[in-house]
Parts: sequence; structure tokens; C-alpha cells
Amino acid sequence: MHAPDGFLQPSVALVTAVISFVLLAFALRHAGSELGDRQVPLAGVAAAFIFAAQMVNFPVAAGTTGHLLGGALAAVLLGPWVGMLVVSVVVIVQAILFADGGLTALGYNTLNMAIVTAFGGWATYLAVRKLMPRTSGGVVGAGALAAGVSVVLSAAAFSIEWLFGASAPVAFDTVFGAMVGVHVLIGIGEAVLTGLVLSAVMATRPDLVVGARHLTSDELQAKSRIGMRPFLIGSIVAAVVVGVVISQFAASSPDGLERVAIDTGFAEAATDHALDSSLFSDYATAGVSNEALSLAVAGTAGIAVTLLVGGGVVSASRSARRRQMV
Amino acid sequence: MSGAHGSTVTRLYVAGDSRIHRISPEVKLVAVFAVVVVGAVTPRTEVVAFSVYVVAALMVVAMSGIGLIKYLRRLTVIVPFILFAFVIPFVGGGEKLNVAGVALSVDGLWAMWNILVKAALGATMSIVLSATTPVTNLLHGLTRLRVPRLLVAIISFMLRYIDVLVEQLGRMRRSMVARGHDPRWLWQVKPIASSAGALFVRSYERGERVHQAMLARGYSGVMPAMTNQRASINEWIAVMVYPAVCFGVLMLAVV
Amino acid sequence: MPSSSIEVRDLRYRYPGEHHDALTGLSLSVSAGERVAVLGPNGSGKTTFVMHLNGLLSMQSGEIAIGDTSVTEDHLREIRRRVGAVFQDADDQLFMTTVREDVAFGPANLGVTGDELNALVEQTLARVGASGYADRNPHHLSGGEKRRVAIATVLSMNPDVLILDEPTSGLDPAGRRELIDLLAGLDQTQLIVTHDLPLALQLCERSVIVSGGQVVADGATAELLADEALLAQHRLELPLGFDPSRL
Repeated sequence: MHAPDGFLQPSVALVTAVISFVLLAFALRHAGSELGDRQVPLAGVAAAFIFAAQMVNFPVAAGTTGHLLGGALAAVLLGPWVGMLVVSVVVIVQAILFADGGLTALGYNTLNMAIVTAFGGWATYLAVRKLMPRTSGGVVGAGALAAGVSVVLSAAAFSIEWLFGASAPVAFDTVFGAMVGVHVLIGIGEAVLTGLVLSAVMATRPDLVVGARHLTSDELQAKSRIGMRPFLIGSIVAAVVVGVVISQFAASSPDGLERVAIDTGFAEAATDHALDSSLFSDYATAGVSNEALSLAVAGTAGIAVTLLVGGGVVSASRSARRRQMV
Repeated sequence: MSGAHGSTVTRLYVAGDSRIHRISPEVKLVAVFAVVVVGAVTPRTEVVAFSVYVVAALMVVAMSGIGLIKYLRRLTVIVPFILFAFVIPFVGGGEKLNVAGVALSVDGLWAMWNILVKAALGATMSIVLSATTPVTNLLHGLTRLRVPRLLVAIISFMLRYIDVLVEQLGRMRRSMVARGHDPRWLWQVKPIASSAGALFVRSYERGERVHQAMLARGYSGVMPAMTNQRASINEWIAVMVYPAVCFGVLMLAVV
Repeated sequence: MPSSSIEVRDLRYRYPGEHHDALTGLSLSVSAGERVAVLGPNGSGKTTFVMHLNGLLSMQSGEIAIGDTSVTEDHLREIRRRVGAVFQDADDQLFMTTVREDVAFGPANLGVTGDELNALVEQTLARVGASGYADRNPHHLSGGEKRRVAIATVLSMNPDVLILDEPTSGLDPAGRRELIDLLAGLDQTQLIVTHDLPLALQLCERSVIVSGGQVVADGATAELLADEALLAQHRLELPLGFDPSRL
């Protein structure tokens, strides 16, 4: 999902850059107050970890591979502010040094890949955690679910940016359908991987996991009642279905956006002008097949992303403040 | 991004002594960024302007002496988006153009061109930057451009330890392969994911040990300043001619 | 070249959450310029002990003085300049992206800048036989080179005391010999924590054995290493065929 230069209109690039810049500044401050003078080495090495983890090819189906995105994982392991900071650093370095993602696209790439995944993932994690038993298994399950949701949120955020700043005559509902559809599948993979990585960490150093700080040492040791097994089997069954579907289409497709491109090839492009508003990109609104529905989808998605990400930011700031007071 | 063996970060730099290599990092960073921004805001119909940008960018690549093959290989980063761009004319709406019996969206063709040329220009600039500037100098450049020292320090530690971690991962993977592990399906993923978890624990512990090594050498939470040379005004002027020409071309084109 | 004595009295330490003491009243006195090997099995408290010497672990009970400066919060800055610690994994010690910046890190924290800093870096690298390494990436150095540069990162702070944790682990024979030559040529007071008993014999006239969180034996290295019962009691072993009396 590392969009290159010119993928969205300059206006969207600028607005998202401002949002990302402000949040990054906050993240630097919050991470500093959480980690103290350990901030530089710990955040730096954690960023190297996320970068390395993204290079690991995981088998998906029939030899095709995928990789971890790591936003929600970073948030659960390191807390949302440090997690966001770390993944942002990865995105920035990938753009400047590896030409992976455009320099002028840094605003929306950081927003979608680091901020939305870390805070959206964290808010989801906190919500799901309440429904899970207070055990290691609960942390793993909630983290996995949050990771899956975070990927879909990221795709939804991109679609909404497309609504405002499309650079190509592909309608919003087509992009939204394809982006979110494909990322539901990617999300399942992300959930499984995140769950497994988290459970490996919980098994050896649960004290390092910020998302598990609410557990007492007795609760950490307690055998989880739902257990990893049903959860894993459930994920794997879902993954098998997904794997079969994916393998039908893509032999070597590395990235969701690319899938979107191919999916949109099957989409019917209508020509009536709908959703007309100077705020929205002409492209993204042209050819929308059902304008009322599209507007409803865009609105709902926008509210969902904003609420979850905003909720994540608020609860992250609040818990940081509470820690400072203690 | 292949990896597991060999270094990822230090391989970016292509040793040399070209005029591009010799530019001070802060000047190079600003020039690169300016050229990419000018490219990104240029309306897609300004074909002449883009031609100038592309020719100029290729001249810079040639001057840098990084080699065509190496340049093209790194440019493959944008391939997924090239594929995406090629699909747009087929799915795009609006006026159609009939090419060999296939109806292509005119607007879609423009959109394709827009993404292709801007993505290629942007990637080219990043490639030249990282291929002609040692990582350490790049970090100094960021510091001199007043990027918060904290952020630069985090990036610096990340770059230092990527290769260490990638090697650790490679060792873990080899030991799995040596024991006959050859996963092809998602439900066989557990050993790899567990090794990623183990890698996190090791990274965290590494971070704590590095922190102690820093404290032992007098670290008090502020990274010491270790760069004092600055680029001269003359150098700034000489190098900024490049983005200025691009900007001038843009102005001529739109006005 | 300055050097300082080390005076440790009745050091006790318990890690948070643990149920027994890692250090159980450790005392040791080393005179200025002396080179002493600290031997002992894994988990005996050697590393915990040396981490107290420059205040990386803050003391719970006991006293430490480097020269006539006591190791307390107030003197931490001075203590860390005077006590150079070289860690076991050189990749922890070399955390910057070039050798130059790693060697400069310590003195830069002390306020040295500009040409003076550059000169200091070159001079220190020359002392450890690593001239011309300044602009290399630490990741690309061999094990022996990394170890020597790691020593340079603390020598550049001009310390009085050097603490080395397993300085020869992972080195090939040539790298090990170069390291021994380097350490033998330095005048600082040195504490060398090691499992490499021949190294202790070669470099240090005196050795101490730490076990169960305290010093259980203190004497001439050759005598300690000749006491087979003592070595066996503390899980120490000489390499096969190595005879300390014949060196």
C-alpha cells in the first residue's frame, strides 16, 4: 500500500501531511514521556524490528506469500503512541531510502499505514479485550482481531481519501468495494500472523507487552479458558477459504492495490454524474452507480474510521496521562 | 526488498565520487524534495514540462554514475502501481478512444500517464538520493535541516540495527529449513510467526542493552551534536538551479 | 596515562521481583594500574557486580569508590567518564552508523566538539590499531575489529578504569591474540570478566573467583588455576591439555 507520488491530488497530500505531522509530533512527545531516555534506542530497534518483520514472507496458499503490515501489532506490543511513532519511522525511511512510497505521498501513506492502523487497531483492541477472558489468550485474541480490523480501516481510509483526491476516473464505490473487499482477505492473514507473533511474545516476555499491562501476574499464568486452539482453528478455517479464493486469482500478487486494479476491470463504469460537490473529486464521484448508497457508504466508513482512530488517540492520551500521575 | 542474507541498508549506497555524490546532504535532500513536489503539482496535460523533468532526471542519474541496470532494478519498486496504471484506461469512464478495436477511456489514459510519470520521477529522485549519499551523511543532512534530533536519532538506530535483525531472522529461518520446514500454506505459518515473536523479544532486549551502553558513555537523553560543517551559499545556489529550472518550466507551461 | 584504584565493600543487590540476592556481600579491592580477572560460573553475579561500578545498576547496600570518588547519583557523570565499560556483544556497544560517530559519542557527551573531537577519534582509533576505520559501518567489521573499536569507544573518554565483559568471546585465534596485545599495552586499571582461563593467566597476575554473589577466592592467577578442586567447585575448566604451570 505504499502509494507513489501523484497517486492522490496535491490537496489531499497536503492535508494528510499536516495531520500526520501533528500526530507525529505528539507521538514523539508521548513516547518520550513513556520511555524516558530509553526512547531513542528502544523506538529505533523496534522500528528495525517492524521493518525486518515486513520482509518476512509468510506462506498464504499454494506457495503464494504475504507479509505483515504490523501497525496494530506495534500498538499492542509497544502502546499506541510508540507503535504509531515506530511504524511512521518505517514508512518515512521506506520512502526516502528505498523509493517505496512517494515523498509527496508521505502524508497519506503515514496516515493510512501508521496512524489509522495503530490507533484504529488500539481502539478495537481495547473494545475487544473487554469481551475476552483476562488471560494471555484474551490478549492474543483481541490483538489478532484488532489487527484484522486495522487493515480494513486502512483500506477504508484510503478510499475516503480517494473520494476527495482521486487522480483517475475510477469511481469511489468501485475503489471502496475493491479496496475493502481485498483488505478483508489481507486482514485475515494479518490477524493470524499478529496473533501468532503476539502469542510467542506473551509466552516468553509478557511483561514487555503494553497491551497486557492490565493483567496481574496470576492472570498471565492462568490457562486461558477459550484457549488458543479454537481461535487458531477458526482463523485457519477462514484462511483456508480465503486462500483458495485468492489462489484462484493471483499467483504472485504482492499487494492489495494491485488486486483492486484487476477487480475494477470487471466493474461496470456508468457515466451519470452523481454526488456532485466541489469538495469531492470529480473522478471519484463520476460514474458512481448509486449515489445515495455511495454517499451512505462513504459517510459510514468515514465516521467509523474517524471514531475508531479518534477513540484510539483519546484513550491513548488518557492512559498516558494516568501513567504520568501515578 | 530481498534480504535474509547480506545487508539491506548499507547496500543502498553506491560508492563513487561524482558531482552528485559530492553535494552536501542537506542541499541534496531539499533539491530532491523540491523536484518531486514540482512534478507532483504539475498538471498532467503539460507533456512538455514533464519531458523536461524526465530528461533532467535521467541526466542526473547519468551524472551520478550509479549505472543504468542498478537504477532500473531499484525502479521496479513502483511496478505494482504501473500495473494499476495500465488498467485505468480500460475501466475509466468518459470519452472513449478506439485503439485496435479496444475502447480506451481518454481520461483514463491521461490518468495512467499522470501516475506513471509522477511515480517514476519521485522514485528516481529517491533512488539517486540514497545511492549517492551514505546513510550517516543523510542523517546529518536531516539534522542540519532542523528535523528534530530525536526523530533523526530513532531513524539512525533503526538503520543501524535493520541488518543485525535481518541476519538474526536469516539464521532462524536457515535452522528451520535445515530441519525440513518448507511451508506453503497459512496453517503452516506458526514456526515463522513464532520466530518473528522471538525476534521482537530479542530486539527489545537489544534496545535495553544499547540503552545501557549509551548511559555508560555519558548519555543523558539528548543525542550529542556531531556535525559542524554546513553547505556554502554557493553550493545551495548551484544545486537549487535544478529544481528552479523545473519550477520555471512549470510556470512557463501553465501561465 | 591515569589509573584509579577500585574499592568495593559489602555489595548486596536483589533484582526486583526476585526472591534471593544476586550479590551477597561482595568486597574487592584493586590498586591503581592493576589488571584483575574476574572468574566464575554463569549466574554467579559477575555481570551484576561490574554493572555497579559505573552506576548502571544503582546500589542497594554497600560502598564503591573509584579512586577517591564514591559511586553515587551525584557523581554519576564523573564516574561514567572514569569507568569505561566494554560490553560482551560489540553490536550493543557500536550503535551508531559509522565507527567515527561511535568513538565520538562518549567525548561528545562530555562536550568535546569540532576538530578536537575529530583528532581525538583518529588518535584513539590509532591506539587500538584501527586507523582508517572511521568511516566504516560497524556492521561490516569482523568480530576482532568490532571488539577493538568497541574498546576505542570507551578509550576516547580517557577513563581510569576499564571493565571488559568476555572480551574474547567469539574471536578467532588471531583476533584473540591482537586483543590480548592491545589490553596488555593499556595502563588503565582493568577488570576482565571472562570464562577464558588462559586469557586470565596471560593478562592478569591476579584473579578473583565470584560465586554465589561474593568473592570466594582471590590470589595469583597461576595458583588459582592450579587448584583443580577449587576450579571444579565453581564450574571452571581449563582447556584440555592446558597446563598453567608450564606457561
